Amino acid sequence: MKNTMIKPVADRQLTNYVSFGQSVRNSFTMAYRGILKIRRTPEQLFDVTLQPIIFTLMFTYIFGGAISGNVQSYLPVIIPGILVQTVITTSIVTGVQLREDMDKGVFDRFKSLPIARIAPLAGALLADTIRYTIATVLTFTMGYIMGYRPDGGLAYVAIAGILVIVCSWAISWIFAFFGVIARTASSVQGISMLALFPLTFLSNAFVPVNTMPDWLQWFVKINPVSHLVTAVRNLANSGTFGWDFAISLIGAAVIVAVFAPVTVRAYMRRT
Amino acid sequence: MNDKNSRKKMLNTGDWAVEAEGLVKTFGDNRAVDGVNLNVRAGTIYGVLGPNGAGKTTTIRMLATLLRPEAGSARIFGHDVVRESQIVRQLIGVTGQYASVDEALSATENLVIFSRLLGLGHAEARRKAAELLEEFGLTEAAKRPLKNFSGGMRRRLDLAASLIAQPPLIFLDEPTTGLDPRTRNQMWQTIRRLVRTGSTVLLTTQYLQEADELADRIAVIDHGQVVAEGTGDDLKASIGSSSLQLKIQNPLELEEACRTVEHVLNVKATVSPEGGKITAPMADADRVTDLLIVLRNAGIHLAELSVQKPNQPWMKSF
Ligand SMILES: Nc1ncnc2c1ncn2[C@@H]1O[C@H](COP(=O)(O)OP(=O)(O)O)[C@@H](O)[C@H]1O
Ligand SMILES: [Mg+2]
Repeated sequence: MKNTMIKPVADRQLTNYVSFGQSVRNSFTMAYRGILKIRRTPEQLFDVTLQPIIFTLMFTYIFGGAISGNVQSYLPVIIPGILVQTVITTSIVTGVQLREDMDKGVFDRFKSLPIARIAPLAGALLADTIRYTIATVLTFTMGYIMGYRPDGGLAYVAIAGILVIVCSWAISWIFAFFGVIARTASSVQGISMLALFPLTFLSNAFVPVNTMPDWLQWFVKINPVSHLVTAVRNLANSGTFGWDFAISLIGAAVIVAVFAPVTVRAYMRRT
Repeated sequence: MNDKNSRKKMLNTGDWAVEAEGLVKTFGDNRAVDGVNLNVRAGTIYGVLGPNGAGKTTTIRMLATLLRPEAGSARIFGHDVVRESQIVRQLIGVTGQYASVDEALSATENLVIFSRLLGLGHAEARRKAAELLEEFGLTEAAKRPLKNFSGGMRRRLDLAASLIAQPPLIFLDEPTTGLDPRTRNQMWQTIRRLVRTGSTVLLTTQYLQEADELADRIAVIDHGQVVAEGTGDDLKASIGSSSLQLKIQNPLELEEACRTVEHVLNVKATVSPEGGKITAPMADADRVTDLLIVLRNAGIHLAELSVQKPNQPWMKSF
């Protein structure tokens, strides 16, 4: 340690206020930390890498013949379905990891630093878009390998991918909320899976809706996941923006408008 | 010790680093901190001494803005920990009882992230991290993940992280608990150096000896309350020593016995009025064995022998 004297308190510029610019910078630093953690422990990417590969293979070969007559004509149906299901499932990790992080000693240090208090939360949400991107790219790649040639073309496929990433980011606010209020990380995982399972399976992601009983069709049709899946199919397979595209974005905006404030409030109270 | 005396002279008057009044924090029925007052002068080392569960960590967490006090108030260099928490955070470094660093990352990555959060630029943050790792002898382990760090290395990294912004007040919660004697001595050196650069250090410990060695003043805390406060010498004087009480069988031998006690223990003994009972301060417990042998050789038979503990209730914990 150098024996240079530290700056006396009287000579320091002190403010009790964090500027917007500093909040953004702090959030990006926290996102950088999230990315470093992914790089250091790549095994936590197992779910986003294996799930698209295994699910795509499994569902296509199991259901392809039964639902669409053959695998080739099932691909335009199933790839958007798997994409939405996989990426949304990935967003659970945001809540689980946030809970784990908040229980760790390092969180005490973040709280004792003169940084924007929202930064750890914002950083986590930001860093997790990396996972969604990986899952999105892998699903489309798997589809391509299996012979999926979306008629919409690459640009519309990219737009579809971005739509799914944006919607999953919005949904991750819900899981972040569970993460903030729950006691343990495993309970976050449990609650989130419970909420997500019916939402992703009671949708048009894997099978045509008209094969279902009436009462189920009613739910499947209002399920926002169905709208997102339809929007992705329209974009990727025919290069069109439909109603479902607008509904998906509006849904995402509503989720963020509701859950971002309550999550931030709960988070501020807990920390 | 010398260090402490020279520090006493150069302390400027009236600058309080910490002023806490009536701090309270309860967990359910448990009054973990129950009206703690603390005053720490800038530029000194202050020791908070107490057994496990006394409320040391909870007190530090309130002073460090990590926990909101239920009652009472605290100021750090004059700034309120609740109303001006963001200012207080610019003035403190906190090294918790359990390392507050990121297990998944390397030592360098940890320090770079904390530096970036504190507003340092990219290159500056790297330089600062390298400099601190060098200072704390962690350069060789800089790139390794913390999973393989020993307790001492983790503790040093944690302290390094608290020093990035060169805060004028540093909280160290049980900085030496669990360290081997050599590492503990290094930590003591580091703490003394910190104060030489003008910082104030508030540390907690479970050992009277450690508090006495390092701290200019000590607060003894038990069951959430400050039960004694003063310099190490004040506290040691107030403890006094244990006393030895002897009752002998034959009252006629009382005088001879008293003389023997004074001679062997080399202290002044008193004979209690009701007779037959000798009381003497017991500075050195080893000498009692000698005394018993001399008494037996002289044919003086004891009826009873007991040791009276000093009557400072808080001492029982140490
Ligand atoms: N988060 C908590 N929830 C419930 N009880 C707590 C919590 N933190 C501390 N306590 C209790 O408060 C008391 C003081 O704890 P602490 O401040 O950690 O003591 P010390 O640091 O002196 O060992 C203990 O009885 C402890 O069990
Ligand atoms: Mg403690």
